[in-house]
Amino acid sequence: MMKFRFRRQSTDPQREKIKQELFAFKKTVEHGFPHQPSALAFDPKLQLMAIGTKSGAIKIYGAPGVEFTGLHKDTTAVTQILFLPGRGCLLSVLDDNTIHRWELVAESTREVGGVKKEGVVSLREVDSYSLPGRPGIESSSATRVTVLLLLKSCDLLCMGTEGGGVYVLELPRLSLKENQTLLQDHVTQSLPDDYRCGKSLGPVESLQEHPQQAGKILIGYSRGLVVLWDLSSRHADQLFLGKQQLESLVWERSGNLFVSSHNDGGYSVWAVTNGNIYNHQPVSSTIPYGPFPCKAITKILWRTTHSPVILYSGGMPRASYGDRHCLTIQQDKEHVTLDFTSRVIDFFTVHNMDNDKEFDDPSALVVLLEEELVVIDLLTPGWPSLPTPYLAPLHSSAITCSCHVTNVSTKLWERLINAGKAQQSRRHTHRKWPICGGKNLAPPPRQQELLLTGHEDGTVRFWDASGVALTPLYKLSTANVFHTDEMQQQQEEEEEEEWPPFRKVGCFDPYSDDPRLGIQKISLCKYSNKLVVAGTAGQVIVLGLNDERSDHLVDVSVMDLLQDREGFTWKGHDRLEPRLKPAPFLPGFQPLVLLQCLPPASVTAVALHTEWNLVAFGTSHGFGLFDYHRRNAVLARCTLHPNDSLAMEGPLSRVKSLKKSLRQSFRRIRKSRVSGKKRAVITTTSKVQEANAALAEQEEVAPVQRRIEPRSADDSLSGVVRCFCFADTFLRDGTHHGPTLWAGTNSGSVYAYALEVPGVDSGRTCERGGASESSMCVEAVLGKEIQLMHRAPVVSICVLDGRGKPLPDPYEASQDLSIAPDMTNAHSVLIASEEQLKVFSLPKVSAKTKFKLTAHEGCRVRKVALVLFSSAVQEEYSEHTLVCLTNMGDMHLFNMPGLRPQVRFDCIRKEDISGIASCVFTKNGQGFYLISPSEYERFSLSAKVLIKPQCSVPLNCVKMYFLYFSSLMGKADVPRSTLSSPLLDTPLDSPLSCADLTLDSTGELTVEDVRDFLT
Amino acid sequence: MNKNHRVPSSRSLSAVEVKSKFGAEFRRFSLDRSKPGRFDEFYGLLQHVHRIPNVELLVGYADVHGDLLPINNDDNYHKAISTANPLLRLFLQRKEEAENTFATDPLTRKKNTVLSAVLLRPDATRKKHPVIISLPKDFRPVSSIIDVDILPETHRRVRLYKHGQEKPLGFYIRDGSSVRVTPQGLEKVPAIFISRLVPGGLAESTGLLAVNDEVLEVNGIEVAGKSLDQVTDMMIANSHNLIITVKPANQRNNVVRSGGGGAASGSSGRSSDSGASCYGYSTHGATASMPSHIIQNFSAGELESDEDEEDLVIEAGGEAEPIRRTSSTYSMPSMPRYEPHLNLRTAFTSASAFSIHTNGTLPASNSSGSLNHADANSATPSPDRVRRSLEEEGTVITL
Repeated sequence: MMKFRFRRQSTDPQREKIKQELFAFKKTVEHGFPHQPSALAFDPKLQLMAIGTKSGAIKIYGAPGVEFTGLHKDTTAVTQILFLPGRGCLLSVLDDNTIHRWELVAESTREVGGVKKEGVVSLREVDSYSLPGRPGIESSSATRVTVLLLLKSCDLLCMGTEGGGVYVLELPRLSLKENQTLLQDHVTQSLPDDYRCGKSLGPVESLQEHPQQAGKILIGYSRGLVVLWDLSSRHADQLFLGKQQLESLVWERSGNLFVSSHNDGGYSVWAVTNGNIYNHQPVSSTIPYGPFPCKAITKILWRTTHSPVILYSGGMPRASYGDRHCLTIQQDKEHVTLDFTSRVIDFFTVHNMDNDKEFDDPSALVVLLEEELVVIDLLTPGWPSLPTPYLAPLHSSAITCSCHVTNVSTKLWERLINAGKAQQSRRHTHRKWPICGGKNLAPPPRQQELLLTGHEDGTVRFWDASGVALTPLYKLSTANVFHTDEMQQQQEEEEEEEWPPFRKVGCFDPYSDDPRLGIQKISLCKYSNKLVVAGTAGQVIVLGLNDERSDHLVDVSVMDLLQDREGFTWKGHDRLEPRLKPAPFLPGFQPLVLLQCLPPASVTAVALHTEWNLVAFGTSHGFGLFDYHRRNAVLARCTLHPNDSLAMEGPLSRVKSLKKSLRQSFRRIRKSRVSGKKRAVITTTSKVQEANAALAEQEEVAPVQRRIEPRSADDSLSGVVRCFCFADTFLRDGTHHGPTLWAGTNSGSVYAYALEVPGVDSGRTCERGGASESSMCVEAVLGKEIQLMHRAPVVSICVLDGRGKPLPDPYEASQDLSIAPDMTNAHSVLIASEEQLKVFSLPKVSAKTKFKLTAHEGCRVRKVALVLFSSAVQEEYSEHTLVCLTNMGDMHLFNMPGLRPQVRFDCIRKEDISGIASCVFTKNGQGFYLISPSEYERFSLSAKVLIKPQCSVPLNCVKMYFLYFSSLMGKADVPRSTLSSPLLDTPLDSPLSCADLTLDSTGELTVEDVRDFLT
Repeated sequence: MNKNHRVPSSRSLSAVEVKSKFGAEFRRFSLDRSKPGRFDEFYGLLQHVHRIPNVELLVGYADVHGDLLPINNDDNYHKAISTANPLLRLFLQRKEEAENTFATDPLTRKKNTVLSAVLLRPDATRKKHPVIISLPKDFRPVSSIIDVDILPETHRRVRLYKHGQEKPLGFYIRDGSSVRVTPQGLEKVPAIFISRLVPGGLAESTGLLAVNDEVLEVNGIEVAGKSLDQVTDMMIANSHNLIITVKPANQRNNVVRSGGGGAASGSSGRSSDSGASCYGYSTHGATASMPSHIIQNFSAGELESDEDEEDLVIEAGGEAEPIRRTSSTYSMPSMPRYEPHLNLRTAFTSASAFSIHTNGTLPASNSSGSLNHADANSATPSPDRVRRSLEEEGTVITL
């Protein structure tokens, strides 16, 4: 009887076709720095650099924009990578003792998006070789690969192992040449007795091919022995009887010398002279940071110029600087100790490989650190560092929020670039990027896209997100608005005079001076160049772009959001003290006004309307509206529920509660252990206690259960303001429209205010500046309060015009940058809560359509965006679509304003909570989310707009493929006025037409839905 | 819905004998069982036969169990007519006298004396029996078993009505595993179970749900393959009108569907109470055709009318609200009695919201005067006044 069924979703073939032309999901490219890098390699011929990670990923980088990514089947750490120079081929060794061969393979020519792609190359795993463990030995540690050496001829691969054996594999098949294997016994035989002394030589630590004589390799054993081995004749040419534990070896270009680095922090230079089989002493031996005990020099490079350059990592005095991550560059008297903030993984130099040239003449040093890539210019005196065009450490301070701006005007773009150039430190050089594999022949992107990231240290970084390489443009710091310690910086600069001559390099700095500086919300108006940045301590800063340096005092305005509510005391952190003296502000965004919310809780929502000069901001206590033009507080409203005590405690006490719960769980573990022991000895007297303990335990360690209770008004943190919306719409009646402000809270409340903005008369902006107007104030009058009965947090509010399209951004309509909104037909408002999407008519707020996502699917809405999808096939067809990311990590797409489900894509793992929380959408159907603290995954939901790497590489140096990268930006920048979507031209779908809406999962709709439609 | 007006034919005689008692007077007349007519006609007829044209009456009848039940709408009127076997005994009371007279009384039922005693000595009964069924207008459904006709006997679909009461739903769910029969044999699959009932909560008080009942569906959507958190979210999202299909851990109390009239009524003593409490609300005589009064089949219309979706919209600010709100026209026709309560409630809410607003506005805005005015308006206690002000100010829109 209750089977009141609706038609199943009619699979209209035409609609299905349109959907295919509009929507397609693809993860396109990963921006940022690979998480936990573990290996580095460089191909000097193709000028490509490869980085392997602990999760089994391999990334190849060339010129900016050239990128390849490969992922091993197992997520095992990549320990080593080797390029076969010039072949477009590389070998990777994994932690599980397998070798994998990867090749850059040309794809067949095909047409993508109307553009012919020729020789597009992708990275593929071709072959893998697993080293067998010795039978009988449980772990294969003896045959575990420690080092690899690829001979210059590229046909043989030598492998050093933990057991001290050296194996030779034939390329490209990776087949073992049994007869070439050199076991340690073989070497020990030729050793003098006093050196042998019955001990093993230890693992092979280094393998280096003779730079001049092919077929001769230098084998370094851990114990200190170095052997010059002739592969063809299979005998040791020379033996170097080192006594210090060996770390690495390097040849001098001529082959007359080699250098060994040791565990004690020293390095030795050995001469290779013919005739003498045994070499007992090195030519010279140095411990550069001695005489006190030093840490090992893990890797050393010896490069020749007119005078040799020595580069080595480690070797620091153990007691005083043993915890530093350092790399030293030495040449003649010059000596620099590069002091990094994270561990050195590996490094190489870009230098001359031609055999004809006399010197190496290294041009650049590339250091892969755990958290960033640092490149040092070795040609410029003073060895300055080179800004990286990609692999930027997004997480140099932890990312706290992000914001994307599409279609940035060239003017603003240039001003940002100039501001960025002005702040680059004097230690930066502007020399060409040394890793330049291939050329980026793709036309410049058709529109400039900005990605803004807010960080824990109070900085906002501006990134060029137009292409495949995410390039830093400009960095804004908000710390100087506040009173902070300046003395510290000066001290650091003085520090450089000491020994060793440290120099801080790199920008990864995870330690924030003050967590209150953290940025929580960002909003940028690309037309008026106004920026609002809001932070953890309730600070809201309005900034304007200025090309000149300026010293000024920032206006401070304090807004009490509690509004004299009694019985509340804020137990959280204090507000940041504003700077009392004028501060120098560099060209770029400079603060105009600082608004301080009280209590200084973290800002949870912010909105900017530059045409009305208004900024709205909310915390867990309430929200405020501020006119930054007249420096006038317009409105403050408390949203706090009287019973909400948690909101007052601030973040600190929440940490306490975490501690408490940790303590409890530890106690629980301990208890269960204790009771486990007890069970072994059961005596009659203890039985009662035992039973009691078991009961108590049972109560404590209850199975995971969830309480089923509707949300109530006095749930904690119900007053948190979640979103704002400024709109010029009909709030009071159906004939007069005007500025409105909408605010949504965590408890499903929506407040709509009618605004009186001087100069804005029923939606038409008049020319500003009249004397009479400027004396008038903006006023806000509460128009409506909506309480969603399900009380779920309001995630987003958006007003739709008479055609059901979102209202344009400030200035877009008045500057003819978009089609004017339809003000003749009735407007509606989309309120997206965590549980439901609902469209209400305006001004009478009655429900028109809704979709009860949680009730049907059991997932909750996390992020919502209105996106304009353009058809990949039909030039001028586009649709506004509601994209909705849920807590299950999937994307649901709904048409607007009918809210009919269109497609669903799995995007993020549901366990990846930070990934889901970090997701940001662009206006044309792309998005970003963090896959690690340092990497953004870029994805596209649009069939038309996608930016992904498509490159080719000159393979085998014979077939010259064009190398290019294409950004398929399509026609997304076509003025919107030309886009007419016939389906949506009807003023709001008639409610009845929604009756064929069905949900795949349910098959049943509630009649209440129908009632809504029929009203 | 198609079954709604089917009349039980087997035992129906064409005429129903009616014995109506008002005070000390009796009237006897008969009604056509097949064409009972509407309640208001019936009401007029009663006033006529007792010659009390202007007296407000409460009409009650004795049902087969001897309970005194009200007749105040078409549904229970039809129900009374259809169950009269063959005599329909009516008890009329003046409205002002008749407070809290409808009561179930296990003692009287046991003694099998009909309610005349109750009526004759109302004071005595009231003292004796603290369990009182309130006036018909206060009846509200708390829970019901639905869809027995389409569900397997081992399953039970329970509807919990959260709306309009302060009682918590009061149950917890947990993960577990359940055994399913598959073509490959028995298979253990993850499942969701009720893990705990809160004493005094709605779930416990209905007696329809128990610990370790396996949850199969939430509002018609299968939970198989969904995580505990997903099911939790689904239940909370539907909490105002929660329909859960369970496989009871205790399979002995299952409703036996095949049995004829009234046979199953004793199967679950607890649930018969809840059944009785909701049946003033059964629409269009749906229950008439049902074998037992505890089993309710709701018309789709009623089932889906979950009032939870009435988001509350409070208007404020406009000095002269130009739009007339005719909004309340859309609200559940099947449950008109909710309206006054709801509106009263919302009116007070709005009043408090206004006061918050006036406190909360920052620099005295122009509108504060008008807000106070509105405040005064909506705070007037007379329900009539409230109703009117609601409409004029458009304070409440039921959506």
